[in-house]
Amino acid sequence: MADPISQFEIKNLVKIAEIGGSEIHFTNSALFMAITVVGIWALLVGGTSARALIPGRLQSIAELSYEFVANTIQSTAGKEGMRFFPLVFTLFMFILVANMIGLVPGTFTVTSHIVVTASLALLVFFTVIFYGLYKHGLGFFRLFVPHGIPIYILPLIVFIEVLSFLSRPISHSVRLFANMLAGHITLKVFAGFVTLLGGLGIAGVIGAALPLILVVALTALELLVAFLQAYVFAILTCIYLNDAIHPGH
Amino acid sequence: MATSAHTSAPGGAKPPFPPFNKDTFASQLVWLAIFFVALYVLMWKVAIPRIGGIVEARRERVEGDLTEAARLKEQSDAALKAYEQSLADARARAQALANETRDRLNAEAEERRKKLEAELNARLADAEKTIAATKAAAMANVRGIATETAGAIVQRLVGAAPAAKTVEDAVSDVLKG
Repeated sequence: MADPISQFEIKNLVKIAEIGGSEIHFTNSALFMAITVVGIWALLVGGTSARALIPGRLQSIAELSYEFVANTIQSTAGKEGMRFFPLVFTLFMFILVANMIGLVPGTFTVTSHIVVTASLALLVFFTVIFYGLYKHGLGFFRLFVPHGIPIYILPLIVFIEVLSFLSRPISHSVRLFANMLAGHITLKVFAGFVTLLGGLGIAGVIGAALPLILVVALTALELLVAFLQAYVFAILTCIYLNDAIHPGH
Repeated sequence: MATSAHTSAPGGAKPPFPPFNKDTFASQLVWLAIFFVALYVLMWKVAIPRIGGIVEARRERVEGDLTEAARLKEQSDAALKAYEQSLADARARAQALANETRDRLNAEAEERRKKLEAELNARLADAEKTIAATKAAAMANVRGIATETAGAIVQRLVGAAPAAKTVEDAVSDVLKG
């Protein structure tokens, strides 16, 4: 039985360069990032090549995802949030497609690595800080000073606000990473039970039915999680960007 | 061919948990940066303008069709109104014409009736006169016949002809009585 952790191993496929002591390889992770990008490209550009007035299936999916993300931004960050539409749409599609591809048995899940999710979360974090400072200057720091707070507890509130702001990239990245990691481990463990019990003769084959049913159910659940985590990542991005656009609460 | 990144772990020690294996971070970050930026540029420059264009074109088409439909509806409403107006006009004209014709015909009929009545009255009067004259003549004849008959009867009964004057007087008495 393959151990449930081996699916997360980074395998070096081609060595590209060595920078400052760390080797840069083309890895299985990079391969699946490429597949993700090509898949998104095929869906959004290939699917809309007809530019049909009445869309086909692929074009419907492309338009649906476009309008879904656009509505998410407008409902959380308002019209001005549409400035960040390319960023949010790219994040959403990248995470969604990477999660979905990762659910195919034998593939690698790009988003199951903390370094990937943390990079994306930090990208959002610094975008918020830089855009907030660029747009509002020091007024951006009003974000940490809520209105209507008595002066004697204000320092405490500001401290908490700053702390929660700084912890955003952690929760933002760990949520996606942990969901993907835990989901894939669970699937692998139950799938392992199926093969393990199946090798024990007739009684084992009958006993393997339960974990098999569970694997099917868990796969359905993981499909939901794959979409939900991409959506959660995108909507949190919108909420954080809203702080940069309207820091005055 | 494919070699695990953690095979370099020293002395067969337990390999680190893959997501926390620092040896793989540099490669992942480099490729993430490359692919994410590439995807971002593709989305920004190609995919979003294209899908946005499609959605916008559809919205404009639907709006255009709706305004066109509203325009056509207005047109048909106006046509309906004009039609109803002309129908009402025609009805009113027909009514007027009918009234006029009926009045004229009534007047003519009345006139004809009066003429006819007058004519009939005249003829009636003539006829009455003729009847009176005929009756007078007849009465005169009756007297002559009665006188002759009386004379003849008396002659047969008596055997002698009475004087004409006597018979005449007797007949006059009877006719008067």
